[in-house]
Amino acid sequence: MSVQFQQVRCAYAGRPPILDGLDLTVEEGEIVAIVGRSGAGKTTILKLVNRLLLPSSGAVVVQGRDTREWDSIQLRRRTGYVFQDVGLFPHMTVEDNVRVLPRLEGWTVERQRARAHELLQLVGLPADVYGARFPSELSGGQRQRVGLARALAVDPQVLLMDEPFGALDPITRAEIRGEFLRIQARLGITVILVTHDMGEAFSLGDRVAVLDAGVMIVCAAPAAVAASRDPRVRAFIDSLPPIPAA
Amino acid sequence: MPVLRFWQAHAAELLGLLQQHLLLVCVSTTIAVVIGLPAGVIAARRPRAGRVILAGANVAQTIPSLALLGFLLPLPFIGGIGARTALVALTLYALLPIVRATVTGLATIDRAIIEAGTAMGMTPRQLLMMVELPIALPQIVAGIRVATVIGVGTATVAAAIGAGGLGEYIFRGLAMVDSTTILAGAIPAAALALLADAALAAAERWLRGGRVRKARVAVAAAATVVALGILAGSAVVRDARATVVVGSKNFTEQVILGEMVAQALEREGMTVDRRLNLGGTFVCDKGLRSGDLDLYVEYTGTAVSAIFHEEVPRDPQRALNRTRELYARSQLSALAPLGFNNTFTILVRGRDARERGLRTIEDLAPLTASWTPGFGHEFLQRQDGYPGLVSAYGLTFKSQPRGMELSLIYRALADGQVDVIAGDATSALIASLDLAVLEDTRQYFPPYDAVPVVRAASLRREPAIARALSHLAGRVSAKDMRALNAAVDLEKRHVRDVVAQFLGSLAP
Repeated sequence: MSVQFQQVRCAYAGRPPILDGLDLTVEEGEIVAIVGRSGAGKTTILKLVNRLLLPSSGAVVVQGRDTREWDSIQLRRRTGYVFQDVGLFPHMTVEDNVRVLPRLEGWTVERQRARAHELLQLVGLPADVYGARFPSELSGGQRQRVGLARALAVDPQVLLMDEPFGALDPITRAEIRGEFLRIQARLGITVILVTHDMGEAFSLGDRVAVLDAGVMIVCAAPAAVAASRDPRVRAFIDSLPPIPAA
Repeated sequence: MPVLRFWQAHAAELLGLLQQHLLLVCVSTTIAVVIGLPAGVIAARRPRAGRVILAGANVAQTIPSLALLGFLLPLPFIGGIGARTALVALTLYALLPIVRATVTGLATIDRAIIEAGTAMGMTPRQLLMMVELPIALPQIVAGIRVATVIGVGTATVAAAIGAGGLGEYIFRGLAMVDSTTILAGAIPAAALALLADAALAAAERWLRGGRVRKARVAVAAAATVVALGILAGSAVVRDARATVVVGSKNFTEQVILGEMVAQALEREGMTVDRRLNLGGTFVCDKGLRSGDLDLYVEYTGTAVSAIFHEEVPRDPQRALNRTRELYARSQLSALAPLGFNNTFTILVRGRDARERGLRTIEDLAPLTASWTPGFGHEFLQRQDGYPGLVSAYGLTFKSQPRGMELSLIYRALADGQVDVIAGDATSALIASLDLAVLEDTRQYFPPYDAVPVVRAASLRREPAIARALSHLAGRVSAKDMRALNAAVDLEKRHVRDVVAQFLGSLAP
């Protein structure tokens, strides 16, 4: 499922626009990582895709259809969303969290259960060990994994990820990134990921876009972005810690 | 312990009152949940509507319970004597804690959780039912817990309008100046409140674990309570369909007279529903007019002045005639007087009377500078009560008269809290507490002959009522009445037994 942003502008009266003239096409099966500082409009981009927001002007086209024409519930159920603060339902077990959407979609109980077990296995939290636990009984990394499994539950064609692995320690983060890439390659999902961490963008994105004050400065393969001379892009790259010489 | 003996002797009655009490609380709390939960959801969704809803619930909560019952009593459909009015009042009280808990419970849910649900494609309804309400449930249960505990306490007041419950003992005890009877109602009520509190606190703790399956169990349990409530409600309604409904006001003599009339009717084969201990003249009169009561015993002087707001003729026969004329306009019949005149009488301590040589009300004049009068709330307000008394005798009390519960007033006089009171001429306590009656030389107090007042429609429907009551006409002397009062107030005998014995002693 492809996603196109066509001259998208998002603005509230009396304030500088959050997004201004965004043009971006995300191809099916591609991972686009969007980098920007806090307040650069990153989360707004994600919310436009599943119609949590509508553009002030321009259009967001998902699978050839303007989001204005999509039924928001239908669109959201085909769009997985992974949050920085996860948003797991605290009153449900891990397995029930993953089964929420299949249940809403009217799947049989057996199919719900099979799907939850498959996904929990996929994210490295076998259901027979973790399925009956509550979110409060998991570590931050485990919760992120459950969030990912939940977002994948009804085979979304687009996955939206908002600082998905931000709150994790570096080793866990590297582990989950690896797993995520493996899963994504297997399922062939289109992914739009926003982050303020250029390192995360480089390690996950097929293409990396840099957003500054609502305007996209560059969108290219990681190597091309790394070679950019634009000072606004360099600021992100130079913020990465150098690897100390041996 | 006397309370234990009391419970032993009244076990069946206690059980019945406890049951009524529980039903009142269960039904009203259930209705409050059914109304309050959606109201709370709306209030949480729309802040403007929310302010209105919370303000309304707040106002309902601040009205004192007796006053609220008084407001509701004359209203059509929801008012009237009995459980219905009490349920409305209790429901109003239970609303605020439930609405507020729902609003707080919903408002304090982590935004990220709501956003996750929305982004997943949950409809607002699914979000509410699957996510928001389950997460808010422990808080809502906490609100229900507060509402229930308030309800258990407030339900004791329901006895004042004939709704039954443990308040019966409290009001009866107050009427008899008997702390054992008061405790017999107050202790189980307090225990019930503590029990309900503990049970719901346990439910709340259990839900705090936040388990969706358990929440389902809780919903099932709540549904069971609702079903029970409906059952209970129908039981209350069925109770109201007894053949003849007899009322009485809330003092011993009235309860005895109510019981006497009831037993007389039962001897004629009628089924009687007793609504004794109702909260005063106003409540009984309203009940009679609305058809909630078929009859109660009123006093001629009270009827003419307090109900019809007219000057009471000083001649007993003329007062009776006027009473009949006035009632007839409202399709009510005053039957033959029972035989005694329970006039008001001014009382002082016997010791004071002897030391100061007090014999008549006029003798009080020199003492008004230092003496504190104490009167029932009704006496203070009534035209033929305190205002008329002081002007008729030219008394000018320096201290403000103290308004007191009618039943506490004799004891207050004996204990020296007040120095002069108005009491019933037939009170058993006059002798037992060594009180002295001051003679009403200026005939200030009008005649108060006891007469049964019956709805004309009831007399047509049940001709046996007139027959049964004709057996009582002129048969109860003031001396009989004092003895009956003494048997109940002082000897602590059951009203039912005392009355049965008395009726048995009346030769046909």
